[in-house]
Amino acid sequence: MELKGRAHKFGNDVNTDYIISGRHKFKTLDMNELAKYVMEDLDPDFYSKITSGDFIVAGSNFGCGSSREQAPQAIKCAGIGAVLAKSFARIFYRNAINIGLPVVECDTDAISAGDELAVDLSKGIIKNLTQGREIAVKPLPEVMITILNDGGLPAHFRKHGTFNL
Amino acid sequence: MGKTIAEKILSRHSGTETYANEIAVAGLDFVMGQDGTSPLAIRAFNDMGGEKVFDSSKIAMVIDHSAPSPLEGVSALHKLMREFAADKGIKLYDIGCGVCHQLMPEQGHVVSGDLVIGADSHTCSYGAINVFSTGVGSTDLAAGMISGKLWFKVPETFKFQINGKLGRGVYSKDLILYLIGDVTADGATYMAAEYVGEAIDNLSVEARFTISNMAIEMGAKAGLMRADAKTEAWLKAHSDRVSQPVEADPDAVYAKVKEYDASRIGPQVARPHTVDNVSPIEEVEGTLIQQAMLGTCTNGRLEDLIIAAEIVRGKKISPDVRFIVAPSSRQVYLEAMNRGVIQALVEAGAAVVTPGCGPCVGTHNGVPSDGENVISTANRNFKGRMGNNRAFVYLGSPATVAASALNGKITDPRRYVR
Repeated sequence: MELKGRAHKFGNDVNTDYIISGRHKFKTLDMNELAKYVMEDLDPDFYSKITSGDFIVAGSNFGCGSSREQAPQAIKCAGIGAVLAKSFARIFYRNAINIGLPVVECDTDAISAGDELAVDLSKGIIKNLTQGREIAVKPLPEVMITILNDGGLPAHFRKHGTFNL
Repeated sequence: MGKTIAEKILSRHSGTETYANEIAVAGLDFVMGQDGTSPLAIRAFNDMGGEKVFDSSKIAMVIDHSAPSPLEGVSALHKLMREFAADKGIKLYDIGCGVCHQLMPEQGHVVSGDLVIGADSHTCSYGAINVFSTGVGSTDLAAGMISGKLWFKVPETFKFQINGKLGRGVYSKDLILYLIGDVTADGATYMAAEYVGEAIDNLSVEARFTISNMAIEMGAKAGLMRADAKTEAWLKAHSDRVSQPVEADPDAVYAKVKEYDASRIGPQVARPHTVDNVSPIEEVEGTLIQQAMLGTCTNGRLEDLIIAAEIVRGKKISPDVRFIVAPSSRQVYLEAMNRGVIQALVEAGAAVVTPGCGPCVGTHNGVPSDGENVISTANRNFKGRMGNNRAFVYLGSPATVAASALNGKITDPRRYVR
């Protein structure tokens, strides 16, 4: 599966409060509603700038802070195809895989805001089409690939009734 | 090959000999969710085809993040939790019971050697009593409730060796802020932290919880300590369960080791808007504040309330400050009342709110206004954390918060602590 879209750049230590604020997240289970406020405290207009399939491209420790799964859900429902970062906070990383939001560890310094990217998850290749270069990807652990291939953890459980890793 | 605490607990619970960076599917001793994460977990539970929970006596849900409900939407989510808990026969701690991370150890649900998950990032708190406990999201919580298991990447361990003694007016909060400032917000990402040494041994169990609670703020998966005689006595007073403490082997392999001298650390303050933006109190003393907040899973325990009460007893807080106090549980609240601690705080001008997380997570009970400064005993000061992204949150110890409330500006508590 190849994902294509534009890069939206963010810095280091983007925490889950910034991804979706506590002001909104405790109120509802409607993720499409929450999606409108994604990254609101960093960029109030972010939601309106997203074209479906675009990428969030960040520095290190993306998704640190609270364990709220509303964070990857809101990103996914806002139309983001994948999150690329130098590193991820571990709870966010797990949550993203569990709900089927692709997360990719790579050197994001090789990507500028607005760059057109093509991301092939199965082959582990990122092409920066704007800059005409390829970026190496740190592969996911095998268990996570199994969960992603099943379509996320709920689908994995529907299939096996428990963990089958 | 020797093992760390994390490797031993994950080996025992997975029935394998497992070491750092391996994957283990391990059995869980306890599973917990709160009202910010449980509703999504209930949805995931149903989505997974869940019918029964693996063991209703090993699961609890806590309504603490918006308690009591400030909004209709939240009330609907609370109702969903109550109905689910009643249907599955699991324990629900409703509004007023307290903050989940106070309740799990206080109510005896977790003991040394346990493997525990909670759908809240500060679940790492119970590492202080030798529990491998870690925060997960809602889908992992649902998987845990169905199967009683979860997969873990066995973490490498970062050992923090803290020698020496903390000085007068310096507390475990100052120590952990100092460590986070030193290693930064991702200094221990994907790792377990082990906190050892004379300074840790000298702390009460209550004070140790503050350190393990904030392990996540350096990115750690768990914040572990060994169990000693104090831990054993504390557990005896709180739980009927048999504990199986675990010590690291002398030849355990650590990814990193750092040594510190506690006697050289003074009161610390984390400045806006990151927890690792830490400075000695001297650098921020005099900063005007409009609100002071004492409570949360970090510093809302009886010992914390006593420290603050001793500073404000017989005095009045600054007329320019709102001083909000949230005891971390009903039991803490009652004990503090019995000992005259609440009276001293209220007479000084504090406003006591329902035990819970509200002010810390910005759901209600003390949202600051634009441009205002808050000094808080909480664990996070992210922009918008307290519900307003134009406010500024500073973090400090209960003593620093109390001293600052008296003066209307950030104040070194050593001026008040004999």
